[in-house]
Amino acid sequence: MALWHADHDLKGVDAVVLPGGFSYGDYLRCGAIARFAPVMQEITDAAERGMPVLGICNGFQILCEAHLLPGALVRNQSLHFVCRDQGLRVENADTAWTRSFEPKEEIVIPVKNGEGAYTADEQTLDRLEGEGRVVFRYIGSNPNGSRRDIAGISNAAGNVVGLMPHPEHAIDALTGPGTDGLNLFTSLLERAGV
Amino acid sequence: MDSVEHAAQTPDHPQPFAELGLKPDEYQRIRDILGRRPTSSELAMYSVMWSEHCSYKSSKVHLRQFGEKAPESEALLVGIGENAGVVDVGDGWAVTFKVESHNHPSYIEPYQGAATGVGGIVRDILSMGARPLAVMDQLRFGDPSETDTARVVHGVVAGVGGYGNCLGLPNIGGETVFDTCYQTNPLVNALCVGAMRHEDIHVSSARGEGNLVVLYGALTGGDGIGGVSVLASESFDETGPSKRPAVQVGDPFTEKLLIECTLELLHAGLIEGIQDLGGAGLSCATSEMASNGDGGMHVWLDRVPLRDATLTPEEILMSESQERMCAVVTPANREAFMAICEKWGVTATVIGEVTAGDRLVIEWHGETVVDVPPRTVAHDGPVYNRPLEEPAWLKPRQAAPTHPEPTPPRETLLALLGSANNASKAWVTDQYDRYVRGNTALAQPEDAGVLRIDEETGRGVAIATDCNARFVELDPYSGTQLALAEAYRNVAATGAVPLAVTNCLNFGSPEDPAVMWQFSQAVTGLADACLELKIPVTGGNVSFYNQTGETAIHPTPVVGVLGVFDDVARRTPMAWGPDGELIYLLGETRPEFGGSAVATLQGILTGMPPAVDLQAERVLAEILVAGSRDGMLTAAHDVADGGVGLALAEMAMRAGIGARTWVPDGVDAFTFLFSESAARAVVVVPRSEELRFTEMCGARRFACERIGVVDSGLGEVLQIGDIEVGIAEMRERAAGVLPSYFA
Repeated sequence: MALWHADHDLKGVDAVVLPGGFSYGDYLRCGAIARFAPVMQEITDAAERGMPVLGICNGFQILCEAHLLPGALVRNQSLHFVCRDQGLRVENADTAWTRSFEPKEEIVIPVKNGEGAYTADEQTLDRLEGEGRVVFRYIGSNPNGSRRDIAGISNAAGNVVGLMPHPEHAIDALTGPGTDGLNLFTSLLERAGV
Repeated sequence: MDSVEHAAQTPDHPQPFAELGLKPDEYQRIRDILGRRPTSSELAMYSVMWSEHCSYKSSKVHLRQFGEKAPESEALLVGIGENAGVVDVGDGWAVTFKVESHNHPSYIEPYQGAATGVGGIVRDILSMGARPLAVMDQLRFGDPSETDTARVVHGVVAGVGGYGNCLGLPNIGGETVFDTCYQTNPLVNALCVGAMRHEDIHVSSARGEGNLVVLYGALTGGDGIGGVSVLASESFDETGPSKRPAVQVGDPFTEKLLIECTLELLHAGLIEGIQDLGGAGLSCATSEMASNGDGGMHVWLDRVPLRDATLTPEEILMSESQERMCAVVTPANREAFMAICEKWGVTATVIGEVTAGDRLVIEWHGETVVDVPPRTVAHDGPVYNRPLEEPAWLKPRQAAPTHPEPTPPRETLLALLGSANNASKAWVTDQYDRYVRGNTALAQPEDAGVLRIDEETGRGVAIATDCNARFVELDPYSGTQLALAEAYRNVAATGAVPLAVTNCLNFGSPEDPAVMWQFSQAVTGLADACLELKIPVTGGNVSFYNQTGETAIHPTPVVGVLGVFDDVARRTPMAWGPDGELIYLLGETRPEFGGSAVATLQGILTGMPPAVDLQAERVLAEILVAGSRDGMLTAAHDVADGGVGLALAEMAMRAGIGARTWVPDGVDAFTFLFSESAARAVVVVPRSEELRFTEMCGARRFACERIGVVDSGLGEVLQIGDIEVGIAEMRERAAGVLPSYFA
């Protein structure tokens, strides 16, 4: 089910994925305009009521801009866009989007971004770590200079998760490095008891 | 205002035709066609449409061979002459692909030049009715250690990536080559491939009297006007913005909207004819659509929405502002058309209509500024049969000794991996998204990019582009055939059946008889080889004037081959498989070093390129495809630049698994490892398939020799005869080169 940015309508869905891409060309700050899309009002309300929301790459940036998640994503340390298969550790396997993973499971999914360096003030970073809200961490090498190797985080309730890497590109060995990304989507089914 | 009426009354008004690039006889011809002097708007249109870039006036007489020698092909649905050729890939799917150059703009303004090169080729594919699916880039730069090279490389790579990534198109392959001959003439070629259902194929024509001509997309600005500003300043006072960039500026987000909007319009059946606005902007779109149609066209130029209100009619006609399309729409569909454009936030304006006559008439605030037969602008431009002369230096160079000094194999292999041309290109390709759209089954550094088109059936295509310009420099006829042979082989190595050819012919000045001779040889070689391989040329692009002063680039005819898969799941990758599988070399190795990578390491560019054997290429391709189809191959890699040695090293690095290989009897290690004989590939065969595979090769009388075995017991080491090279050492060597220059 595709939602349209300009409609105030979630069409009765049970969860929302904000996908990657380049909303408004990323000409301003990534996600800074899309967060004002009419449908974001409904998404924000639903997220606050506990609806699972996943933001991938540009979707993560939009969730940060919308203050559904803390912190921000800034230009890669290398100053270049980077696309590669990336090792991650699942730091929290209890969120709505990660319960199909084993705790501390190590996975490989592609990362591809130009402005993917997660940043927040020390206090926020400490709080995220302390509350178990760092959901994914880069292992091997950090592709973009994210603070504390953070690849993905959640809100306090665990229903809203954002990450820079692209699990949708690791669902089939034909078109990606493997199938490690599938668990994000099956987590949701598990939660729904499917 | 220089209206038609005014032009008729002032026949002797001097016009800056020479500054616009027209020769005196060409200017006279325009006067003869019109029976009066052209208006400034008409002069602008003719000058840009009769330019080499748009009219192919020097290349046309040679390019005819692609049609005349075309092999019979049931796959060809739309041939040369449209925005891009279209081929049938089965199950009702049609695929269109094309390469175009954006060389000069990319030297002046590397980022925007490269970005708009991608944008332009994507719109060509879109205008056939296809959804653009992927891009590739063929890049050639000067010496990597020159400081200006870094300026160009950084801008071009960021531009290709910035535009393609933002559009959401995967970049699935291409070439990055360094040679001093490109120092002040870098080549930036971009390829796009798209797919559609057969019934969605559209062409560029304006038909049906009373139908509307709609311009939609970005607003028109002063960018990309180039030489026409001469005319503008001649005819008008100079109060407007004076310095306008000759290089266009790209806006990939607008292009993304344009793609989605156009596809929705096409699928809703609201478009009668469609054309993208590229080189020569509205001049090209209006004259070509009218020329291809069944009537005339009337355009109200003052209705064109502008980004800069001071633009003159001549400038509006010439503007190459990006992200614009032109469609012919019936009056009944006007409202539905506009509604879809509004949904996508795309500006759309009715700027004209199809008329009964046979004239293209353009009006500016009530005055007629253009009144021409459109065919004379778009299709009946001048044609030149320019003088040809084999360059005097060629024969002595071909006769000079070819043999590089044999050097120790291990050091030679590492030196190759440490050279910019054979090193890892990850520094470039990691800046491109290869995954987006989720249908990339293989991408660089694999032999070809492989895309799934149909998610239900797995039907898909493979595309490779190649050109070793050193071969072409040494012998343009066979060198161009080798470019085709390599792309053909690369496609077959992945398991796809080669189906169609495109090209981007980058050469020096056509006014130099030596360059023109190279060009004619290259085209003849390509046409002859396509006929023999039975795959048609579906389209292409010519870029001349890639030279500074007297020095031209090496002739660089980039050749692209498209192959088809019934199911991409059976693709053959280049990384070798599990332990114990057998490594075979297919094809014959002769001491052939002319234009080779090892000769280049020693600064030698003499002799003849490797011999071309197209029948051998055909049989090799059949074996590679059959091997994929019948599950006899776990890996395959084409042997080209750097020979068998580099092929083995690349397979080992890709796999991260060691192998034990040996030098066959009857050949010295240096020749075996570094000769670049054509029609060869390294393949990996499971033991259970060995007999079946060797029997298949035997039945086809194709040379097939076991040269090794995958062996992780060695550790991560590639053993070749009595030498050993660690995979980590090779990777480190290969990965470090481009960052050492550019990071």
